[in-house]
This record gives sequence, C-alpha cells and structure tokens, in this order.
Amino acid sequence: MKLFDSLHFAFSSVSGHKLRTFLSVLGVTIGVASVIMLTSLGEGARLYVMDEFAQLGSTLIIVLPGKSETTGGLPVFGRAPNDLTIEDARAIAQGVRGARMVAPLAIASMQAATIEKKRDCIVVGTTNEFTHIRALELYGGRFLPKGDIARDFRVCVLGSTIKQELFGNRNALGENIQIGGSKYRVIGVVASSGTSIGGNIDEMVFIPVSGLLRMLNSSGLFRIFVEIERHDEIDAVSKKVIALIKKRHNNVEDITIFTQGAVLSTFDKILSILTYALGGIAAISLTVAGVGIMNVMLVSVSERTSEIGLLKALGATRFQIMKVFILEAGMLSAFGGLIGLLFGVAAANLLRHFYPTFPAEPPQWAVIAAVFVSVGVGLLFGILPARRASRLDPIAALSRR
Amino acid sequence: MIELRDIHRTFKMGDDLVHALTGVSLKILRGDYVSIMGPSGSGKSTLLNLLGCLDRSDSGIYLFEGRDVSSLSDTELSSLRQNRIGFVFQFFHLISRLTAAENIELPMIFAGIDRKERRDRIMEGLNSVGLAHRAKHRPEQLSGGERQKIAIARAIAMRPSILLADEPTGNLDSKSGREIIDLLESMNQNGLTLVIVTHDSLIGSRATRKVKISDGKIVSIL
Ligand SMILES: Nc1ncnc2c1ncn2[C@@H]1O[C@H](COP(=O)(O)OP(=O)(O)O)[C@@H](O)[C@H]1O
Ligand SMILES: [Mg+2]
Repeated sequence: MKLFDSLHFAFSSVSGHKLRTFLSVLGVTIGVASVIMLTSLGEGARLYVMDEFAQLGSTLIIVLPGKSETTGGLPVFGRAPNDLTIEDARAIAQGVRGARMVAPLAIASMQAATIEKKRDCIVVGTTNEFTHIRALELYGGRFLPKGDIARDFRVCVLGSTIKQELFGNRNALGENIQIGGSKYRVIGVVASSGTSIGGNIDEMVFIPVSGLLRMLNSSGLFRIFVEIERHDEIDAVSKKVIALIKKRHNNVEDITIFTQGAVLSTFDKILSILTYALGGIAAISLTVAGVGIMNVMLVSVSERTSEIGLLKALGATRFQIMKVFILEAGMLSAFGGLIGLLFGVAAANLLRHFYPTFPAEPPQWAVIAAVFVSVGVGLLFGILPARRASRLDPIAALSRR
Repeated sequence: MIELRDIHRTFKMGDDLVHALTGVSLKILRGDYVSIMGPSGSGKSTLLNLLGCLDRSDSGIYLFEGRDVSSLSDTELSSLRQNRIGFVFQFFHLISRLTAAENIELPMIFAGIDRKERRDRIMEGLNSVGLAHRAKHRPEQLSGGERQKIAIARAIAMRPSILLADEPTGNLDSKSGREIIDLLESMNQNGLTLVIVTHDSLIGSRATRKVKISDGKIVSIL
C-alpha cells in the first residue's frame, strides 16, 4: 500500500464525516492556538522587560559599598564597610582606563517646599554625568552643571511629578525651593518618563551630590555609576575598579560591583522560564485535545466495524488497518494544529498591532513544538483506536449490516 | 484446488458450545460451480468463512491450492484473501462515502497496485458488470442490484481464482437476483471457481455441484 493512497483513504474518511472532523480539529486548534498565544505573551513580556533594562545601559557598572556575601543578587551587608566617597568616585574617573563617565549617587528622602506647598520626595545627589548615564531627557532648562564634584552649587532639577505638585502649570525655572532647610534654585525639569524599572524619576529631585552629603552630614555615597566605553570590557573595567577602591580602602575589598549584564541575564532566565511554563500549561490543553481525538476515533472505529471487516476480507493486513487509522488521527490533529497556528499567530499580530510597545511574538521553539506536539498527540492517541480496529474479528464485523 | 478434511468449528456462546461444523469434508475443483444450501443456522456461512480464510478451523485439514492453510500466518492469510479469493456478501458492504469506482479500487489500493493499472481494472470491472455509466455514483444512488454488481466488480478486481458468495441475492428482488446469478455464472464460465451459499433452492439447483448441509454436517453432495 502506497503512502499517498493510505493518506488518500484516511482523508476520505476525514472529509466524509464533517461534524466529527470539525469537533476533533477544534480541540487541537484551541490547544495549539493557546500555546502560541500564551508563549507570545510570555515572550512579549520578556522582550519588553529586556528592552526596558537595555535602556538603562549594558555598559553600566554600579559600585555599591559593602561586600556582597552572595554572588549575583543584591548585596547583603556584613561588617560596616568603609564609606564609598566622592574621592573614590573621582579616583575612578581619573584612574581607571575604559571608564568613560562616573556619576556618584547619594540618596535621601526629604521635603521640598515652595512658599505655598511642600512635598516629600526622593532627593538624589549626583553630578552632571548622571543625566548621560541614565539618558534623562529634560522637559526644560538644563541638568546639574558640569564641574568639580565637590562644588556645592545650590541648584536643583525636578522630576515632572514634583514640579507639577509644587508649581502646577506655572514655570518653575529660576524659582527657589527649600530642600532640607537650604535654598535651591530650579534650573531644570525632567521630562515625564513614567515608571521605569530603575525607580520613578518623576518623583525625584536632583541636586549636586556634595550638597546632599553636607545636609546628611555624611561622606558615604549610595552608589557610584560607572559608564564604560565598550560593553566587552565590562569585566576588565570592573576588576580595575575593585582593585583601585581596595587600594584606597586600606587593602580591604569592601565594595560590590553590580553590572547590568548580570541583572539582565537573571531576568532573561526568569522570564524565559515563565514563557516555558505558559507553553507547558497550554500544552495540557493539547493533551485534552488528544483525548478528544481518541474519542472521535473510537467512535469512528465502532461505527465503521463492517468497513473494517470488509477491508480484512479484501486482504488488508492488521498493520495496514492500523496505519490508515493512525494516519487519520494524525491528519485530524495536523489539520487542527495548522489552523491553530494560523489563529495563534494572527492573535499575536493583532496584539502587536494594538500595543506596539509590547512585542508579543511566538518564539520559534513554541511554533515548532506546537506543530510537532499536535501531530504527535494525534498519532499517539490514534494508536489505541487503531489497534482496536486492527484486532476486530472480521466475521463478527461483517455479520452486521 | 480446495480440499477440506474432517473440519470442526465450535463457537463459545457464554457457557455453551455451539458446534457450527462437525466433521465437514469437501473437495472443490478449479472452475467448479458449487452451491451450499441448508436451513438457517446450519453452518453455511461458517463454512464459507473458513473457505475464505477469514476464520480458522479448530481441527481438520484445509488445503488451498495445495497449501495447508492452518500453517499460514495472519499476514499470509491476508495475502491469500487479497490475491486468490473474492467475496460477495448479502449486504453488499460497499463503503458509502466512496463512489462505485472507488469501491472497486479498494482492494487494489491495499495491494499496492499502481494508479494507472488500477484505473484500467476499474473500467474493466465496471464494463464487465455493465455499469460504466455509474462509476461516479455513490452506493445510496444505486439500486440494490447495481450495488451487488459493483460489489462483484470489486471482488474480481484482484483476479481471484475463487469467488465466495454468501446469500448474494438474499437482499434483492427476484429480477435483480436473477441478473446477479447470471453475472456470476458467466464469470464461472470464464473459468472462475464459484461457491454460492443460498437457501433459495431454485438458485441452488443451478449449480453443477449441490452441497446440502444441516446441523453442521454435509448431508448430500449431488
Ligand atoms: N461468531 C459466532 N459466535 C457464536 N456462534 C456463532 C458464531 N458464528 C456462528 N455461530 C453459530 O454457529 C451456527 C452456524 O451459523 P452460520 O454458519 O452463520 O449459519 P448459516 O449461515 O447457515 O445461517 C449458528 O448456530 C450460529 O449461531
Ligand atoms: Mg449465513
């Protein structure tokens, strides 16, 4: 028996029973479509998050005070470490080759007030470099002035929410506000950037780092951001930074280096697993669809008892009968898989059309797996009915009309 | 070409044993025209199924063209049915979703005969039963007599050496039944060995050898 003829014979049965075929195909269609759609969502979420992170820069090294006990995650502080100081930041800027830009960062929660209004906000002490490292866009004015880190300019840059709450729609540039008891002149407003993973810029007020440290009466920085020249030098530069700071801190290695790459790959892993999990959950529906196919095929076998008996009388072997029934089941599921694939991809496209920022696209492995699994499910769940068909007693099968 | 020696066939029905055939011996020669007659339940169909290698006997010897059938595997029996034996049934057993031509094609598909050869043989078969104009019709569009003719065309598509017909006219009016018998007899005249099971004595008496069976035993061979 030739393969084409086997397929043709199986197809004659599939096309001869429209409703039955429709129902079993529907199950597989839903299964495959849901695999495609859910993995598209998972993949979209992954790409979206990765993109957000990439905006933070993959050439960024973040230096934290304190030695992390574990590798990878955020540091757990053990003994009180040496402060990370402005001088350390300056030393990195001047002494580490490959470090393009260095921005020290101190942070405090303080009140910002105009004559009429006041509001709690996050005060970030930093330098001009920060705007470049974080790619901040200004709505108006300019960012903190360039110049010596240690200079205590009394100027500030407001996040858009803070500006709105303190000044409403009035112009804020050139106005004075009180921050922690000192008078600061507003020289810039950051363009609204919404909530991003690095924290909500809109809720922040930026002032020169030396001024904040003075107000806090401290010399300890929260972070030092180091922007490097080239992504592939990230490990080399990190080592240099560690070595330099160690030397400056009496030969104690009391800092932790945190790179974007590590966070990125952690998130990548987590979100990939999420996508796999979604795909797996959806695959359960494929199994259900397989059971549906099995049911339909069992009905088919018992309805076609006399046909099977006839085939045996005509000289069909058990193997041939198994083959045509398994092919029939495989055909049902392949057909359903194909339609499901079309629906799933169409749904993902539709989603992308309406939410262009969310890159919902089925990952290739999911597409391939969905198609193969759906066909496999049909073949697998076709075995039992096909075996039953092949073992029918031809005499009993033929004695029925 | 066929020899049965002391064949027994017993069925289990719950706790009871049904002795369908009890010691049947029979010879069928090439080109024979044999009728098997007897009351309902006498074992006619059981005998025919055994002859057609659809069933195996419990004891006795069955030689088909000199080969001992009981020693053949299932696959070898399939091959025997495919190439040497044609069946015609009371209820036609045409597949309703297939056309007349496709029904005739069926045994050739499972035998792996190539397309062109199949087409030729379908035409030949349709012509030999006089239904070339019905090739594209489905069984439900055909009369009973036409259905049985298509079934006969299917049975001879593989050029068997023997044709086994179990009550081929049992489901037909007398006129169609006549036509079917005429058709089968003309094939017998062309050399096909023919065995017809019937309880119509008028039809049965036309055979050159008339086997009477009762209670699983052959009571006379005329
Ligand atoms: N598969 C079977 N299982 C049990 N009993 C059967 C089976 N086939 C036939 N019989 C019994 O064997 C006897 C002969 O049956 P059968 O050959 O069909 O008779 P006929 O065709 O002459 O009417 C009957 O009593 C019938 O009930
Ligand atoms: Mg009978």
